[in-house]
Amino acid sequence: MLNTNPNIADPDGFYAALIAAHDGLSEEQSAALNARLILILANHVGDPEVLRAALAAARPAN
Amino acid sequence: MTHKPMQDRYNLAFKLYPYTRSPDQDAVDPVRRPVVVMGGGPIGVATALDLGLQGIPVVVLDDHEGIGQGSRAICFAKRCLEIADRYGAAAPMLDKGVVWNLGKVFHEDRKVFEFNLLPEAGHKFPAFINLQQPYFEKFLIDRVRQAQAEGAPIEIRGRNAVFGVDVAEDHVTLQIDTPEGAYVLEADWLIGCDGASSPLRKMMGLDFEGRVFQDSFLIADITMQAAFPTERWFWFEPSHKAGASTLLHKQPDGVWRVDFQIGWDVNRAEELKEENVRRRLTAMLGPDVEYDIVWTSIYTFQCRRMKKFRHGRVIFAGDAAHQVSPFGARGANSGMQDVDNLGWKLGMVLRGQAPEGLLDSYDAERRHGADENILNSTRSTDFITPKSKISHIFRNAVLDLAERYPFARPLVNSGRLSVPCTYDGSALNTPDALPGGPARTRPGSPCPDAPLGDGFLLNRLGGGFTLLALNAETPGIPADDGVAANILALTGADDPTGALAARYLGEAPAAIYLIRPDQHVAGRWASFDETAVRAALRRACGKE
Ligand SMILES: Cc1cc2nc3c(=O)[nH]c(=O)nc-3n(C[C@H](O)[C@H](O)[C@H](O)COP(=O)(O)OP(=O)(O)OC[C@H]3O[C@@H](n4cnc5c(N)ncnc54)[C@H](O)[C@@H]3O)c2cc1C
Repeated sequence: MLNTNPNIADPDGFYAALIAAHDGLSEEQSAALNARLILILANHVGDPEVLRAALAAARPAN
Repeated sequence: MTHKPMQDRYNLAFKLYPYTRSPDQDAVDPVRRPVVVMGGGPIGVATALDLGLQGIPVVVLDDHEGIGQGSRAICFAKRCLEIADRYGAAAPMLDKGVVWNLGKVFHEDRKVFEFNLLPEAGHKFPAFINLQQPYFEKFLIDRVRQAQAEGAPIEIRGRNAVFGVDVAEDHVTLQIDTPEGAYVLEADWLIGCDGASSPLRKMMGLDFEGRVFQDSFLIADITMQAAFPTERWFWFEPSHKAGASTLLHKQPDGVWRVDFQIGWDVNRAEELKEENVRRRLTAMLGPDVEYDIVWTSIYTFQCRRMKKFRHGRVIFAGDAAHQVSPFGARGANSGMQDVDNLGWKLGMVLRGQAPEGLLDSYDAERRHGADENILNSTRSTDFITPKSKISHIFRNAVLDLAERYPFARPLVNSGRLSVPCTYDGSALNTPDALPGGPARTRPGSPCPDAPLGDGFLLNRLGGGFTLLALNAETPGIPADDGVAANILALTGADDPTGALAARYLGEAPAAIYLIRPDQHVAGRWASFDETAVRAALRRACGKE
């Protein structure tokens, strides 16, 4: 099951590291970094059920 | 000698220390004082209280005759109030202050989520109060007056502007301007509490480095007859567009703080015109809400600190030593922790009970505190005012997800409110020797409060060293160079709620704590061991 409850030990530290990973990148490079990051995390998750739920959760709310 | 009149840099809210001539101005040779504090803001006055209540003569020099108008700080945190309570100044603050617990976060007018500070039960003070800074300062000065009447050797000299310093190995010479001309005063120790733009720092040619944030904020304190609750409301990108972000927060006297993020390239004079401030306020509040403007100001900010807070006989504290963005309310709150840390150490050095080197631990511990505050307030600022397009996209993605998914809520950062820092790794700490003891009271930690049958724990700690014995026997230890540790022995019978055991024992059946005069833990053990406790006391006094 997709975990949508808080699960990151140091949220502020993680967020700062995420933004810092984009330092100095162009918009295109940032988008590419995000794509790579998503693929890496998706592979780590693995479970197709969870990945489907995550894709649905990320769709814009209407 | 003719003298040009001295100009105020700001208007006064309370004129509390009008200029009077001091006999020091007529002395043939400069008078030497043990401690001079430069700057009578909250941090300078608190420093004077700490030292004066120890019986140490202290002179505060301020270039104005009272407290500046305009609120600036409004959120005062629990630890700050606990420190003020140690000085006997907190009761009127709590009486006057507004207590709040609920915060709401909005994005484009939709409520993203709300949070409750959920203050832990069993503390004398709430997590926060809102109080206009001039009141906070006035209550400190009221306490100074009372302490003076009881014999505390504190002097506050209004309209005494320091314009020159000469720092020698064992004293400092000050040149001071007054309405009746200049005079010279010497000090064994000079404490620089002269604010973020510290003239003292400049006179000594010292650094103050960090990050400038390219954004301006317009503050309006207003009174209004609208039914907003006593909550902290924060809008990201509100549709009224009066600010890229906006904060609304309640203060005493029916006053509300409104804080608009208005961008970097602004014309200050233009933005501060009443009609322009009203345009923003009306856009935000709607056309039907009537309000009066109490005070307005525009601020920009930086997150930075001095490389070192101690320079021989000159020690910096408060905004002079470190500056943070207002998000998180860490300015005055952390300055009070500086005072708490410095007071007892300087007192012991002046009494000859500890080596001067003890003051280097002030430098190390409070730089550690400043770094923590700067890190937190920098992160909040980066979230509130994203610096790049991708950072903005992530910020809005977090807000978007936070509406629907709990996991994203801890990532929303509209200010991480001030909590005291734990002096992990300080040279004054003795390694933890209490197996099963709670992490929150490990050596270096500020003592959490707990209800005792007839009051609160923190009122029994501080001022001097305390040997706290929980379900344990201790004969105490002999004084070391005149430094004693008072015994406070407590058992389950003193702990009606169990909070004391939960916060100080954890899984341990009994404990011995050595607690510093600033209510931080110096060391803790499972049982009394005289050799270990004596060594810990010496270490906490900078002697090991
Ligand atoms: C918009 C805003 C909101 C804030 N909100 C909060 C908050 O919610 N919570 C919080 O904790 N903090 C907050 N702060 C920070 C807080 O206001 C400061 O941290 C605090 O005032 C610092 O106190 P201080 O005594 O170090 O310095 P100051 O208050 O700046 O006092 C310095 C004093 O030194 C005097 N002086 C200067 N030069 C000389 C001289 N040459 N000779 C003699 N005297 C001199 C000045 O006149 C002044 O009286 C906020 C700040 C701003 C700008």
